[in-house]
Amino acid sequence: MSETPVTFDDFLRGLWKENPVLVQMLGLCPTLAVTNSVANGLTMSIATLCVLVASNVLVAALKRFIPNEVRITSYVLIIATFVTLADMTLEALVPSIHKSLGAFIGLIVVNCIILGRAEAFAAKASVVRSLLDGVGMGLGFTLTMLMMSSIREILGNGTFMGMRVLSSHYEPWVIMVLPPGGFLTMGFILLGMAWFGERKKRQARSA
Amino acid sequence: MGNLTWILISALLVNNFTLTLFLGLCSFFGVTSRIQTAVRLGLANLFVLVLTAISVWFLNRFVLEQAPYLRIIAFIVVIASVVQVVEMAIKKWSPALFRALGIYLPLITTNCAILALAIFQTNRGYGLAQGVAFAFGAGLGLTLALTLMASIRERLDVADVPAVARGLGIVLIIAASLSMAFMGFAGLGSGK
Repeated sequence: MSETPVTFDDFLRGLWKENPVLVQMLGLCPTLAVTNSVANGLTMSIATLCVLVASNVLVAALKRFIPNEVRITSYVLIIATFVTLADMTLEALVPSIHKSLGAFIGLIVVNCIILGRAEAFAAKASVVRSLLDGVGMGLGFTLTMLMMSSIREILGNGTFMGMRVLSSHYEPWVIMVLPPGGFLTMGFILLGMAWFGERKKRQARSA
Repeated sequence: MGNLTWILISALLVNNFTLTLFLGLCSFFGVTSRIQTAVRLGLANLFVLVLTAISVWFLNRFVLEQAPYLRIIAFIVVIASVVQVVEMAIKKWSPALFRALGIYLPLITTNCAILALAIFQTNRGYGLAQGVAFAFGAGLGLTLALTLMASIRERLDVADVPAVARGLGIVLIIAASLSMAFMGFAGLGSGK
């Protein structure tokens, strides 16, 4: 088997061109559910990033030993192990955020981004490439989470990471930190992206 | 009995899994273009949820007391097996339904609503009856959300949607308004 050379592209792809949430539409549940404050969103993305990198590396390292028929089950077990580790680490380091994230830490197991990368990439690529891919996809996820949670926290609460950024005269749009705000923010981000793409196409045509 | 009813209503309306807790969004956005499929998937989910609630209760009661750190791993294995059994049962008894559900049947395993039910049930210390009531509420709530979304999307097919909003954009905005409507239930039970 000829090894594909390690390129920087493995890392960059996840950030924008194949952004797991905005382009591949994976992992929508956490993106909508825990982005009501930047601290929550950031903690969740870092936990997901760690699990994603660790499971990608382990899956890539073990791919010769995992029989094809039970591969999905094996991947899920690998992921669940790392999620348990992440869950305990967060509980020890940041107990208050761990509490407000609640069940969603455990739900990293069923985040389709992680299983998707294990099956679509790590099962076929070398360890180093899987590592880069994991970091890239994880950062792409973090970027989206950060975008969502900043919009929601600033508009819905007038704060960023707990610090006040809008003057006290600003009447917060409480709806943005409530569940409908999650759907709404994501909807408008997608509309914005579609509008941007459309405009680019039109410019290319007229040029 | 009043307690059980309240658990059911709460999971069905006040804390609807899909519209207020954001669980099971993949199927919510993926399988809601036709009402019939949406209803069937919702009911398949309901069935898996109830079976999971029962198995998780047994696990918590007899196995995990000694090893709470194995919780997530044990839950996901049990859920995968339950889905496998349900899949085989449906295939045997109703091949037509099996064909209609297609790929979405095995995908129930990675539906976060199922694992979330197991975790919630454990965290809240529900007994067997409470767990089953919770699962029924959650499953019916899921079916309700899927059906509502599918019926709106069927009408959307004939509507004049601007080009940029076609696809998931408009669906998310609709989900936002549905979710807003469900927030109206938030006051329910507060006078209790």
